[in-house]
Amino acid sequence: MKSTNSIQKDIISNFQTLDDDFEMILNYLIELGEKLDEFDVEEKKDDNLIKGCQSKVWLSYKIIDNKLFFSGDSNTSITKGLLSLLIKVFSNQTAEEIIKTKLFFINETGLCRFIGTQRSNGLESMENKFKIIALSNKK
Amino acid sequence: MSIKSFNPNRIRNKFPILNKKINNNQLVYFDNAATTQKPIQVIESINKYYSEYNANIHRGIHTLAEKATQEYEKTRKTVSKFINSRSEKEVIFTRGTTEGINLIASSFVKNFIKKGDEIIISEMEHHSNIVPWQMICEENEIILKTINVFENGEIDLDNFKELISNKTKFLSIVHTSNTLGTVNPIKEMIEICKKNNIITMIDGAQASAHSKIDVQDLNCDFFVLSAHKMYGPTGVGIVYGKEEILEKMPPYMGGGEMIKDVNFKKTTYNELPYKFEAGTPNIGDVIGFNEALSFINNIGLDNISLYEKELKNYASNSFNEIEGINIIGNSKNKIGIFSFTVDKIHYYDLGLLLDSKGIAIRTGHHCTQPLMDKFNLEGTARVSLAIYNTKNEIDYFVEKLKQLIN
Repeated sequence: MKSTNSIQKDIISNFQTLDDDFEMILNYLIELGEKLDEFDVEEKKDDNLIKGCQSKVWLSYKIIDNKLFFSGDSNTSITKGLLSLLIKVFSNQTAEEIIKTKLFFINETGLCRFIGTQRSNGLESMENKFKIIALSNKK
Repeated sequence: MSIKSFNPNRIRNKFPILNKKINNNQLVYFDNAATTQKPIQVIESINKYYSEYNANIHRGIHTLAEKATQEYEKTRKTVSKFINSRSEKEVIFTRGTTEGINLIASSFVKNFIKKGDEIIISEMEHHSNIVPWQMICEENEIILKTINVFENGEIDLDNFKELISNKTKFLSIVHTSNTLGTVNPIKEMIEICKKNNIITMIDGAQASAHSKIDVQDLNCDFFVLSAHKMYGPTGVGIVYGKEEILEKMPPYMGGGEMIKDVNFKKTTYNELPYKFEAGTPNIGDVIGFNEALSFINNIGLDNISLYEKELKNYASNSFNEIEGINIIGNSKNKIGIFSFTVDKIHYYDLGLLLDSKGIAIRTGHHCTQPLMDKFNLEGTARVSLAIYNTKNEIDYFVEKLKQLIN
């Protein structure tokens, strides 16, 4: 199992191939979102909803062998791509590992420059939701 | 300047920001309903104020204070002329339209509206013309009624007439919808109100940079606007109110500037318009606003209306040819504001993808959630045009949008 930090480093190096080109970054995010496993329609309930100013995100999880596995969906393609990156970082990790993880890939990929930290994309609420789920499942 | 000699490129040259590249593309600024860009003369006048005569106004006796006061009051004179008010006393500076509506709602209601009375707004109002009234109504047990809006984005005048009762005391209505672009028949609505002794307030935020406003001709009791939607600075707005009504209204905020004499037994208030202007105002930006009004006056609102109408028709025809686009709001009388959705592309994705091509549009509910609910939408993408936009920019936008859709 890779640590959350080493997964973040992988993401950063993948983004480096995009040459800081906004359009390429957006298309890459859209592709990542498309690759996300299909989300169970029954899990699209209010309890799993993270409501941003402009987009909606649903996040559910299961626990196998003390580790959390997340799945999610969004009504916007770019947010779904962002969500897929968070799922990549936080899935297959223990609650303790998730809680102590500091997300640095958002800054280091330059994503924050393009997507901003505005309330519209709800990135902060997404991160919080992962952490809250981890906290509620801490041993 | 006649429309024939109107040259948008000459106008564009006055706006430094329009030369900017965004994500390696020439900026196409289509978010003018949110805020317009500022011509160089506005930017320079603010710079000049802070560099050459920054001082607090009205009370100082030194040279700088005198100069700053003169320039500040010059804007009031220009605004008065711009909206054709009877007197400069009827022009109150605020931070913007939102503060203006709050001022009227909280001050007017105290002496003029009582429990059980009714206030009318419409379904197409911006949150800033909904929430202040909701707050006042809740606090004072006043009833808030809303005028129906048709599917095409026009206001339902018959419904408006039906809503009026002998309890109706106030109408607060948007002149031009920030979401639909609809220009409401406000003159007709004001006339109906006058016959029924209803006080009227017009939210002119989206109207004032696009068509001539004459408050005497309209015969409205209040008119509010924001400088930053008129090529002026942010943080400045105007409340116009008929003098006889403003005189009867109590101050909105207490503090410096708005007083005549202060003592612990009884404080007396200053005269109009100062009794509504507590505290040190936004002097530099008010001075900058004067230049924004000069900019508009130099082109002439008749020319602006004509050119923008041509641009709106061009955009409308171009958009109608795009497959998969749904325009929300097709009022016969509208300005260059186009809310739309695109099949299969969420408006948030659309906004970011267009931004990557240098095009700035607005996405979301545009602070009109009740209207979005009405149309069963969570939000839309919105293009809003201004005097410096061109047909070439519309062509570029259409080309990029078509590429995204396909």
